[in-house]
Amino acid sequence: MTTTVTSHRTRPPAQPDSLRAKRLPWYAAPAIAVAALALSAVIVYGTGVGGLVLVVVLGAILYLVGLFAAANAVEGRRSARNRTWSALIHSAFVLAVLPLVSVVWTLVSKGAERFDANFFQTSMNNIGARDANGGAYHAIVGTLEQVGIATVITVPLGVLCAIYIVEYGRGKFAFAIRFFVDVMTGIPSIVSGLFVLAFWVLVVSPWFNDGRPSFSGFAAALALSVLMLPTIVRSTEEMLRLVPAPLREGAYALGVPKWKTILRVVVPTALPGIVTGVMLAIARAAGETAPVLLVAGGGAAINTNPFENNQSSLSLFVYQQAGDASKYAPARAWTAALTLVALVLILTIAAKLLARRNRLSR
Amino acid sequence: MGETPHRSADAGTGGTRVTQSHEWPAGASARVAEAPVSTRSPGGTGLGGGGALPRSRKFGAERAFRGLTLAAGTAVLVIIAAIAIFLIAKAVPALRANTENFWTYEGWSPNETEPKFGIGTLAFGTVLSAALALLMAVPVALGIALYLSHYAPRRLGTALGFLIDLLAAVPSVVFGLWGRDIFINPVRDFSVWLNKYFSWLPIFGGDGPFGKSIMLGALVLAIMVLPIITSLSREVFLQTPTANEEAALALGATRWEMLRTAVLPYGRPGIIAAMMLGLGRALGETIALAMTLGITFGVSFNLIQSGGNTIAANIANAFGEANETGRGALIASGLVLFTITLIVNITARAIIHRRREFTESAA
Repeated sequence: MTTTVTSHRTRPPAQPDSLRAKRLPWYAAPAIAVAALALSAVIVYGTGVGGLVLVVVLGAILYLVGLFAAANAVEGRRSARNRTWSALIHSAFVLAVLPLVSVVWTLVSKGAERFDANFFQTSMNNIGARDANGGAYHAIVGTLEQVGIATVITVPLGVLCAIYIVEYGRGKFAFAIRFFVDVMTGIPSIVSGLFVLAFWVLVVSPWFNDGRPSFSGFAAALALSVLMLPTIVRSTEEMLRLVPAPLREGAYALGVPKWKTILRVVVPTALPGIVTGVMLAIARAAGETAPVLLVAGGGAAINTNPFENNQSSLSLFVYQQAGDASKYAPARAWTAALTLVALVLILTIAAKLLARRNRLSR
Repeated sequence: MGETPHRSADAGTGGTRVTQSHEWPAGASARVAEAPVSTRSPGGTGLGGGGALPRSRKFGAERAFRGLTLAAGTAVLVIIAAIAIFLIAKAVPALRANTENFWTYEGWSPNETEPKFGIGTLAFGTVLSAALALLMAVPVALGIALYLSHYAPRRLGTALGFLIDLLAAVPSVVFGLWGRDIFINPVRDFSVWLNKYFSWLPIFGGDGPFGKSIMLGALVLAIMVLPIITSLSREVFLQTPTANEEAALALGATRWEMLRTAVLPYGRPGIIAAMMLGLGRALGETIALAMTLGITFGVSFNLIQSGGNTIAANIANAFGEANETGRGALIASGLVLFTITLIVNITARAIIHRRREFTESAA
């Protein structure tokens, strides 16, 4: 069965040639690639059906076919498959990197245009279509307040819920809660926005507002809470499950009641992981546009009171500026997008670094 | 019989449950084998005990704390129920006022004196764009995941995996903006090219204009769900027991054969779950599609002509000028979306629950 020796790297040095499987020479793959590109260029420019992009695409297909044929002839069918799939997997990687690099590049190059002090110190109040300045101060205030309120609501609720699931919950009821937390993870953001619209804006807020429904930053915070809660519960649950049982047993052996064990031993041990989950949830909530659009209404002026009147947020600001006809609007939109991505990425990176230092990490 | 030893035994049970649910390839069997030793049969008496132990009180901190956590747990069920109840309550009046069939009518004008609106075209667009996005994203995502887990050098794989995780966190509005301002140009050129040579295929037919089409929306969506599917399936692939991989290689399998016989079968439930989660994300995506689709009402399989609409994008676009019936109509459409995503998610969860270990990064 000498033909099945296909381990590429660990070739024993002193093996006679006759025992080793035949292999394509090292220059075969690049040679096939060059030939494929040349053939593809001849076909494409000869028939005039397309440009450079088509040459590359067709060349890649011809390369795969040629590689398979050559390997099939020299090394056998199994090795040919191996080479083709390996090439496909590598090309999938290149294919996906292109758009993602384009997103990042555009974001930085276009966002840098208005990334100045004025942008972070002014709002869009009284900014007409012909005004080049105007900024996102009001949107940043809105994002921070809404996400802050949502965090204050969801962190205690989510952590307590996770404690119930892990420490107390038994039987069908706990299973139902687990299951619905999972289901809640998949609720679309627009549906949570509609829920808060139907519940808070249209039904509850008229009580405080002389019978008229009113948009507010608090409503947006509620909608974000619905989105953050399952993420926090899930990550906290995972972390609590990772706390070693001997820690709990040690506390019980010293006569500490269960609730105190949870609050003083279990939760502190799991704390870095819980904080990581919370930060990831915040990062996700900060980027949500749809719920804010539905229940906070957006606005051009600075409104620091989250309980009254319209409020904007960074993501909503991006959306609104993108839909604005002014020729200065796209620059503002891109700068706000850059700010938003920077905010989200800083939170995410911090969370991941924290997770890496976590002793309980998986 | 005091309560403390009872609790202690309970905690032991909780502990072993932990080790069971996080089964690791190495040493897992040993730990599971130990488990029954510390498991206390339900209803049996606890070990030890004695007069010196504190008696359980009816209204103590223990009960209060337990009640508090129970309330927090119940809150989740209450929220889910409230979502369904409030959406239905607001949707029903609008549905009553609708003068056309809600399921089949092609159009959305609920703000008129005779409201007419139908979900059919929107649901079609939602499913079509999400399915197309998944069709494009899944093979590529699996390719990247395999590359990162089994082809790339370990350090590079870890670094790139970290980068992919970061990309999963980029807000959808940014992708929408990019799709509308930048990505539309190559897509439009590509559409024109497809139309020139393949217009005999109905999906590439039409006379234009091209650009803000289902194809652009689906491509942007695919790029958005790509990092999510990649990072989930990469985790799954990395969890493949090394013994299985090495066994395959030792039997003379090529690297691809090793992936096909050891890694992919082991990861199949995880891959399906990642796909379903990506599908859920794609179905519910709002802003990116509101910015890249050409908002029309009609059932058409044409991918490259301007047009296309989804339930979520329609809510974002039509919300601004909606009156009370209009809002009710949008809420009704949201209810349909909620139901669709609920079905997708419950299916995904049912698949995941069979293999618990894959859920760790699913949140």
